[in-house]
Amino acid sequence: MPTRPTSPPADGPSGDHDPPGASGINRRRLLAGGAAAAGLAGAAGAASWSAAAGRRRVSAFAAETIAFYGAHQAGIETPPQSHAVFVGLDIRSDTQRSPRDALEAVLKLWTTDAARLTQGIPALADTEPELALRPARLTVTVGLGPAVFERVGLGRLRPPSARSLPVMTVDRLEPRWGGTDLLLQICADDPITVAHATRVLVKNVRTLAVERWRQAGFRSARNADHDGVTMRNLMGQVDGTVNPVADTPDFSEVVWDNAQAQPWMAGGTLMVLRRIRMNLDKWDELDRASKELAIGRRLDNGAPLTGQHENDPVDVTVRRDGIPVIPPNAHVALAHPFQPGERFLRRPYNFDDPPTAGETSDSGLLFAAYQRDIDVQFLPVLRRLAEADAMNRWLTTIGSAVYVIPPGVQTGQYLGSQLLDDRDRTR
Amino acid sequence: MNNGLMIRLGAVLAAASLVAVGCSKTDIATEHKSASAASAVTVTDQWVKAAPTGMTGLFGTLKNAGEHEVNVVSASSPVAGKVELHEVVGQAGGGSVMQPKEGGFPIPAGGTHVLAPGADHIMLMDLKQPLQVGKDVEVTLRFEDGSTLPFTAQVRDFSGADETYKPAG
Repeated sequence: MPTRPTSPPADGPSGDHDPPGASGINRRRLLAGGAAAAGLAGAAGAASWSAAAGRRRVSAFAAETIAFYGAHQAGIETPPQSHAVFVGLDIRSDTQRSPRDALEAVLKLWTTDAARLTQGIPALADTEPELALRPARLTVTVGLGPAVFERVGLGRLRPPSARSLPVMTVDRLEPRWGGTDLLLQICADDPITVAHATRVLVKNVRTLAVERWRQAGFRSARNADHDGVTMRNLMGQVDGTVNPVADTPDFSEVVWDNAQAQPWMAGGTLMVLRRIRMNLDKWDELDRASKELAIGRRLDNGAPLTGQHENDPVDVTVRRDGIPVIPPNAHVALAHPFQPGERFLRRPYNFDDPPTAGETSDSGLLFAAYQRDIDVQFLPVLRRLAEADAMNRWLTTIGSAVYVIPPGVQTGQYLGSQLLDDRDRTR
Repeated sequence: MNNGLMIRLGAVLAAASLVAVGCSKTDIATEHKSASAASAVTVTDQWVKAAPTGMTGLFGTLKNAGEHEVNVVSASSPVAGKVELHEVVGQAGGGSVMQPKEGGFPIPAGGTHVLAPGADHIMLMDLKQPLQVGKDVEVTLRFEDGSTLPFTAQVRDFSGADETYKPAG
């Protein structure tokens, strides 16, 4: 029987034919390693670099990988990496191909590249293969803007709550941060890895898609905090308490689509990306106690003003001398769920970009939220905050975009194939 | 830790040839006794440079897991009127050109032959259709014993690989 290799090594091995793990070798490691080894062997001769030399200096930290294939796309349930870049792109109108054909090509190219880069394997035709050898928990998450469904003639398959958010009266949206046809979310613990992956993914589709914006964000360096410690934003607040916990049924229920509205979406999710600018100069004018009243939490450890520890429940009924301890318009008083379903995963990143002339900072939060249903879970909270949040004096949303995050894929599939490939959809 | 990594890499390199062809260990052992050249070879990292018309290059890595040298003598593709095995050679006056490679691509036992921009590659010529980025192209390698190895390569945009072509003869 002639062998019939399929495309890249990461696509090659099929679980059906693996030798049983009787030898005690961890099969997942074997597969990942095999793919890595094949990639190394392939690239080694192609360019004048030595795989051994490139690998030898990689620490365990830098070599850590997150699986690409699976029921869900990586980069959502993944513990947040230190660095992130979000890129918004539109399908070009001058491709001389149908929008659907162009979209399919983009998604196939990104799948090929992401499957390799996330495992520390240089991309096909990688012009800087050494930069791919430190995956540092790289994840690539791909999203589809609501408008692209109509554009490719599949409007009927758009998840119902995936549409531009209504503009809140306090929003000051700048068109340059608006919704796009496509989203790349690229996260890793090494900023060089993020930069390389971003360049590879963007340049390899440049004849098909044009970049509209790029938003870079960061958290504390890897291991600066113990695992599970909530990050701080640039106002100094502990930001992200009361999040669904990864690998729990609760997480799945909040985040992962259950195929109820659109069968093809099973295992996918919906993402909201808001660019929230902090007016730090105004915030500086507040004394510490006033800052804590505005947020409803202590600044030192993030505990609600009605508790001792970060994870103590927010209790808006507690009064002292007849006055609510947490003011009714404090951020936590409005952000905590009024209905059980009003919950979502927050996976934000800080941004700190060069200020414009006369300003001292252009800082804020790339607020990324993930949920099954935006109308039920996210919008009620957004409306409450927009109407009354005390923090609105110092926070201004200047960008807003919504994306459908298609389900994860198995070897041989491409991201979005459940939507675009009729055979996959009816499977 | 470095030692551990290298040892593990060695182990998976040995295992890689087993999983890459998608056969069980027993199948491999049996096949290699009466192996055709094609059954010993795997193609990885393959891609084709996008081109609207004319000619373009195919690149990748050919690995021979067998115990004997094999030789790729020709290739074919439904998208190309003609397919040639090329090398890139330096010119006396400077620069380099690509030209058909005499004797094909030999792959030593247990070795690899890398096809890369600026080096040996497979040239798809007289393209019958535009090779659009993101599409797949079917290609078949033919070995000296007549065995064939079909595979699929993704079409990619690439800025390089623009060597000047010097036809045979």
